[in-house]
Amino acid sequence: MRTPLSTVSGVLAVLPETNVNTDAIIPSAWLRTAKADLARGLFGARRFDEDGRERPGFVLNQGPFRTAKFLLSGENFGCGSSREAAVWALAQFGIRCVFAPSFADIFYENAFRNGVLAGIVDEATGAALAAAVERHCDAPDFTVDLPAGVIVDPDGHRHAFTVPPHRAAALIRGDDDIDLTLRHLDDIDGYFSAAKRDRDWLYTPTTDTRRQTP
Amino acid sequence: MTDPSLHPAAEAAAARPRTLFDKIWDAHTVKTLEDGRDLLFVDRHILQETTSAQAFENLARAGRKVRHPDLTVATQDHIVSTRPGRDEDTNPGGRELLGLMRTNTAANGIRHFGVDDPRQGIVHVMGPETGFALPGCLLTCGDSHTSTVGGLGAVGLGVGTSEVEHVLATQTLAMARPLTMRVTFNGVPGPGVSAKDLILHMIGELGFASGRGCAVEYAGPAIRALPVEGRLTVCNMSIEFGARLGLIAPDEATIDYVRGREFAPTGGAFDRAVAEWLRLHSDSDARFGRDFTIDCWRIAPQVTWGTSPQDVAGVDKAVPDPARFADAKRRELAAAALRYMGLEPGMPLEGIPIDVAFIGSCTNARLSDLIAAAAVARGRKVAPNVRALVVPGSMSVKRDAEALGLHRVFLDAGFEWRDAGCSMCVSINEDVVPPGARCMATSNRNFENRQGPRSRTHLASPAMVAAAAIRGRITDVRKETAA
Repeated sequence: MRTPLSTVSGVLAVLPETNVNTDAIIPSAWLRTAKADLARGLFGARRFDEDGRERPGFVLNQGPFRTAKFLLSGENFGCGSSREAAVWALAQFGIRCVFAPSFADIFYENAFRNGVLAGIVDEATGAALAAAVERHCDAPDFTVDLPAGVIVDPDGHRHAFTVPPHRAAALIRGDDDIDLTLRHLDDIDGYFSAAKRDRDWLYTPTTDTRRQTP
Repeated sequence: MTDPSLHPAAEAAAARPRTLFDKIWDAHTVKTLEDGRDLLFVDRHILQETTSAQAFENLARAGRKVRHPDLTVATQDHIVSTRPGRDEDTNPGGRELLGLMRTNTAANGIRHFGVDDPRQGIVHVMGPETGFALPGCLLTCGDSHTSTVGGLGAVGLGVGTSEVEHVLATQTLAMARPLTMRVTFNGVPGPGVSAKDLILHMIGELGFASGRGCAVEYAGPAIRALPVEGRLTVCNMSIEFGARLGLIAPDEATIDYVRGREFAPTGGAFDRAVAEWLRLHSDSDARFGRDFTIDCWRIAPQVTWGTSPQDVAGVDKAVPDPARFADAKRRELAAAALRYMGLEPGMPLEGIPIDVAFIGSCTNARLSDLIAAAAVARGRKVAPNVRALVVPGSMSVKRDAEALGLHRVFLDAGFEWRDAGCSMCVSINEDVVPPGARCMATSNRNFENRQGPRSRTHLASPAMVAAAAIRGRITDVRKETAA
């Protein structure tokens, strides 16, 4: 079970950039140990200078956005490296939902696998949300209502986002993907038995150890 | 498949013309799930040390076992030191993850080609060269460049750590079927133009996110003419325009490449495999969701000028003026990229001075890449003030190169001749570009800070990087070879 996600309230931070890549979300320096403080590493090179001091211009270093729970960004969010630590860093920082007009494929999958919502908003909605943050920059408190598929801004306006129904349902239930797949074990084993017979050339080389160099 | 009834999707699909991708995908579909995703059988799984530790920890916590240890191999490539003669301790910062890779694989009965094994190398170099990756297989790895094996005609899917864990536990992956896309490369590339130049040029033409959600087939005479290692280079860069995977139909060159490799089938099994591989091509009337054509006649050697692989131009061109991009966002991105790169609009690309030259990575560190670089470097010297590294993609590549005497060429010229690993492509180990320094690299990403804080990266082919190392500045390799 993952922590279910249904309705969450918190601060929305805006990073108005396109093609935010996973190297930017979590620089490789933070991937050198399994025990890194990924919350601090989030946008590491953007948030901190080379001496570890905060860069005041970066949104997550400013006022209420230090405790942001939601992030709004531009097209193709999460492109580049497959590093799931990008999602772990967002989650450890406290970000539960990311909204963008589009996401890179691997990041998108990684997000849902960690109970983080990657919601798609069109350009107009993104602009309206950013304007709402601007109007309420002292208390940019939003509510994400996943079952309803809306983001409620501080004025009470509702902004729609898109998420495939099966992904929303899985987040709300807190599904464990491996548990779900293991329910199909008979089918998987049946497939493999037949495939081994039909494509022996594909599977025997990995089980035959005689020909392999030590 | 000889028994289509095993695969309902394959049976349903048999009636309509199919793409190469469809044929492989259908053959690996265990079933279609209620939510519309396909449950795919994973024939081959490769592990590396920086995206697997958490997967093993979670498996252990849940009391789950690795379902098919025989179908997985592991190596140490990302954080491993590339200093000649290195071991797990050479880069102290890598000890933890390297140790976990070794102990996790030992505990789960998984083959481990670590630094003490002659097969150690970058996952996407080691996979094809050991024959572990085969045409027609479905392969996953916790690394975004897994599409590399598409050069053999395999479906390679880069995944995150949760999916690494999912594959270990179930030997499957649940995925929505990607859309199909084809890029046909027509014409004959000129001298000095390599596989790397073709794919960089294509990304520049189509755009950084043009492949998102797509399985991309590379086709056409210019692709067909590429040796298998060049095809691996093309497919490697699929993620750099957002594609889910890239692949090229296997042919006689592929079969010759695979024959005799350690994990390749032998005897009658090899003949049965070949019969199946030669059926792996898109039917002539198959339809693609998106279809593009690239004309290769006029492609010059490419070099990137910005911070995204789409920021690319022929080496004979100038740094573009951001104001001349039609799209407002692109203008903003290009202007920011030039600020970061320390370049001015209108500056000729040729002649930009460099500090570091890196020949390596899963994109361009195979034997043919090193041969191309050595041909430029032979009998010459690396420019003063340039640090130049050659990092073979695997220890097998290193041995083959040394058998040809390439190490002497590089060492005599003043290049470092290192052991295999990802090195300065991802800079997780100690191979880092100094802050503000400019690196000409054969790798695949020129993102801000990618090769180290404030590093500036220019992507190019191995021959182009060798030429830049010698001249100390970005150089049109066509002039070098002519001279």
